[in-house]
Amino acid sequence: MSTTELPFPGLRGVPTNDEPQNRKEYTSDQEVRWCPGCGDYAVLAAVQGFLPELGLKRENIVFVSGIGCSSRFPYYLDTYGMHSIHGRAPAIATGLATAREDLSVWVVTGDGDALSIGGNHLIHALRRNVNLKILLFNNRIYGLTKGQYSPTSELGKVTKSTPMGSLDNPFNPVSLALGAEGTFVARTIDSDRKHLTSVLSAAAAHRGTALVEIYQNCPIFNDGAFDAIKDNQTRSDAIIPLVHGEQIRFGAELQYGVVRDKDTGSVFAVEVADVDESDLLVHDAHANDPTTAFALSRLTDAGVLHRAPIGIFRQVQHPTYDDLAREQVRTARGGDGLESREALAGLLGSGDTWTVA
Amino acid sequence: MTKQVKQLDRVIIRFAGDSGDGMQLTGDRFTQETATFGNDLSTLPNFPAEIRAPQGTLPGVSSFQVHFADHDILTPGDQPDVLVAMNPAALRANLGDLKKGGTVIVDSHDFTARNLTKAGYAENPLENDSLAEYDVQPVDLTGMTVEAVKEFGLSRKDAARAKNMFALGLLSWMYGRPTEPTITFLERRFAKAADIRDANVTAFKAGWNFGETTETFVVQYEIKPAPMRSGTYRNITGNLALAYGLIAGATQSGLPLFLGSYPITPASDILHELSKHKRFGVTTFQAEDEIAGIGAALGAAFAGSLGVTTTSGPGIALKSETIGLGVMMELPLLVIDVQRGGPSTGLPTKTEQADLLQAMFGRNGEAPVPIVAPQSPADCFDAALEAARIAITYRTPVMLLSDGYLANGSEPWAIPAVDELPTIDPSFATGPNHEVRDKDGNVTGEDFWPYLRDPETLARPWAVPGTAGLEHRIGGLEKGDGHGNISYDPANHDLMVRTRAAKVERIADTIPPLEVDDPGAETGDGARVLVLGWGSTYGPIGAAVRQVRDAGLRVAQAHLRHLNPFPKDLGDVLKRYDAVMVPEMNLGQLSMLLRAKYLVDVVGYNHVRGLPLRAAELAEAVTHLIESTSDAVDTDIETEEVVR
Ligand SMILES: Cc1ncc(C[n+]2csc(CCOP(=O)(O)OP(=O)(O)O)c2C)c(N)n1
Ligand code: SF4
Ligand SMILES: [Mg+2]
Repeated sequence: MSTTELPFPGLRGVPTNDEPQNRKEYTSDQEVRWCPGCGDYAVLAAVQGFLPELGLKRENIVFVSGIGCSSRFPYYLDTYGMHSIHGRAPAIATGLATAREDLSVWVVTGDGDALSIGGNHLIHALRRNVNLKILLFNNRIYGLTKGQYSPTSELGKVTKSTPMGSLDNPFNPVSLALGAEGTFVARTIDSDRKHLTSVLSAAAAHRGTALVEIYQNCPIFNDGAFDAIKDNQTRSDAIIPLVHGEQIRFGAELQYGVVRDKDTGSVFAVEVADVDESDLLVHDAHANDPTTAFALSRLTDAGVLHRAPIGIFRQVQHPTYDDLAREQVRTARGGDGLESREALAGLLGSGDTWTVA
Repeated sequence: MTKQVKQLDRVIIRFAGDSGDGMQLTGDRFTQETATFGNDLSTLPNFPAEIRAPQGTLPGVSSFQVHFADHDILTPGDQPDVLVAMNPAALRANLGDLKKGGTVIVDSHDFTARNLTKAGYAENPLENDSLAEYDVQPVDLTGMTVEAVKEFGLSRKDAARAKNMFALGLLSWMYGRPTEPTITFLERRFAKAADIRDANVTAFKAGWNFGETTETFVVQYEIKPAPMRSGTYRNITGNLALAYGLIAGATQSGLPLFLGSYPITPASDILHELSKHKRFGVTTFQAEDEIAGIGAALGAAFAGSLGVTTTSGPGIALKSETIGLGVMMELPLLVIDVQRGGPSTGLPTKTEQADLLQAMFGRNGEAPVPIVAPQSPADCFDAALEAARIAITYRTPVMLLSDGYLANGSEPWAIPAVDELPTIDPSFATGPNHEVRDKDGNVTGEDFWPYLRDPETLARPWAVPGTAGLEHRIGGLEKGDGHGNISYDPANHDLMVRTRAAKVERIADTIPPLEVDDPGAETGDGARVLVLGWGSTYGPIGAAVRQVRDAGLRVAQAHLRHLNPFPKDLGDVLKRYDAVMVPEMNLGQLSMLLRAKYLVDVVGYNHVRGLPLRAAELAEAVTHLIESTSDAVDTDIETEEVVR
């Protein structure tokens, strides 16, 4: 399979709607209950704005979430939705997506939901490449339970549950997803509507599991966690934009680039002036080998965030679990041409039988 | 030489050997021959917990017991009449169960000093008088097998492996079993390895011929076919019947079946079996853990499939939170628990009934779940269909409690006619169900309320994604009555908790009255003691009750298919008897529920040995209860109260 056949038919099988749709149709009658200033509002607005553009039948879209502030998301969209239990949304969505080819299935999860309690389901969804779009709202804190550190909080984080500082190393969700060989792995920012929308559109068009990490500010319990990449003063030095086919360059004057260490294979940022331009890395999101994408993910600060690559790290087409599972069922059904009750009679009467007159 | 033929009405044989000796296959084949012959039968396989325990040791012993008769029987039998022991360990591990005077056929070849030591024998029991109470027949099974198959040029080890077929041939001769099914079976099974196929067939025939010609065995036994209702039969294990019942549930409701499961003994065979039947629109998903298995099944249920998850007790512990979610979201879901010995990892390959209270109460909050239980291996089919009916009709998770004995045990099954199976109507919601009114009460339109209930069943509508106009959100947070939006209102919560409980209680409207087997009741000569059970104790209870009646005493028997809700007349039935005994393979879980609900002080009969209850012991306990009950009644009214 060539990786140049992009974009992928992520929505194949989902019925479309010829009528134009608008944001209002996608807005439920439920009052939105996040704290003022919460980054979740911006993501909701972006999603409500972008779903109508997909041109799908609204009834064929399903949002499944876990538990957390962000997981309230489905209540605010007038699609089918399920607000499930903590960490399990990818598993539930796997059943939903496998059972029905005609649904566009989205998962909304938080950093605690996806990476603590639900870590197992997340990596297995990615490994299987189920046709799901996972939006991981990363505020680097447990919001709903009022401010404990999370598996993405920086080491030494002082919170209610870690008054002397947290002791465990954080996950980098993008590295983790790439380690699980996710076929679509991206990172975007709650406040950058344009970028967020473009990444969500690419995710929707992807066939397979798409993991989109969304940096999301929690003004109540972790305010300013992403200031470096949001602040006009610092953002151009902080954001390493990843655009497929383009040289990776950043800084106000694009004075920085990324090169590969020829000995270790890892990548690092340099001043462009200090290197040969031909050594600057050109981003290839379609590379089947996730190694370079993983190396790029390591440019993310693990501690307090000062710098992070933003964009689509990897976007490759692999067979999906749900397509293959349905194919097996179709193949098996095709065979004998019997009506199902006749076939059932055949099954029940199979094996060694005897008859009593 | 001429042989005698002796008539018997029933026989219990146990095949025992090392786990590598193929005892399950041997037992299985003997069972199939017996089924084809037309005896009634019941089987009990017993596996070691380890896949490959050290050869020749006690933990490595695997056995298969089959009870067959010229009349209908209910259990695999308490004590074997015949023990076939392939090595000293098999003898040592099983001898204690054998009837005094029973026959022991041993492979004398394997009674070497080394094997004797491994089995913990200081002396060769074949050479002292420790087996004097039994009829011991040492036969060089290995030696004769190797000799019989030498023309096929197998290694000595491979040749010796056919000794189980030699033993099977010998036993088939002794009990006049038909041989063709086994020969056909071996030819098919080893179709790809001609030498192994021929060696097995030859060993099997050699075993038969040995019986026919040797002077060691002079008696051939005849057990006439049992009268059975007319129909077509097959022998079936509980796990297979359960898998078929699930497929039937899907076919009869017109729903695709989605199984989300994680392998665990003794439930895995249901996953294996369903994986073979994608032809019926079955999707099987081997999940990363039990939580994902049930999660995916619940997701598929939301999507309009018959969602099923299969597991054993430890898996139920992991699934509890998701079962609670299913209770809250009111979606159909089948949760199959093939119980094994617990707690924790417990006795993975042994049977137990100790998950009843887990099924009943093992969730946070008031989370009622209907529970059904099959009573015999073949009954797993009907129980699965019944569970599907309840789940789909009432939009609720349903627990089905099978157990290790039912799962692997087998019995003849009268194959049902498909057009006589009940149909199940999923009746999906297709349009709005509620009028929208303005503040003056005028109807201004209509919309969909996901928690508006059917007045009869209290079930809510099942509206699947893809249905235009019915878009809605469900989840684990408390729902407002009717509209289903999140509600934290105290009165609403109280109402919803009671409504969910009432919905499960309503199921009792569709449960038939409890069948009580009390032969004298109609003529006013009824029993005063009732034995009430559930699940796989049906067989031992039935057998015990027969023994008690044969001894001239009166006793009534009833068995519960539904454990939540109970049949509506259960309380009345209990109160009709002076004493109620409840035998269970746990420490009294059904007893606890009955006492709590009906204030009847039932008498428990409880064993947790990892094995089915023994009918003879139970019969003694029942007899004892009958005697003490009548004493109490006859002599002193006051003590009757005490007894009850
Ligand atoms: C089984 C279970 N354990 C714990 C909780 C409590 N809980 C709810 S949300 C949450 C953490 C949420 O953090 P995150 O996923 O980052 O979401 P956020 O609120 O930050 O959006 C916890 C621990 C729960 N609801 N269920
Ligand atoms: S606690 Fe934080 S994440 Fe949760 S709603 Fe409030 S601001 Fe948003
Ligand atoms: Mg969080």
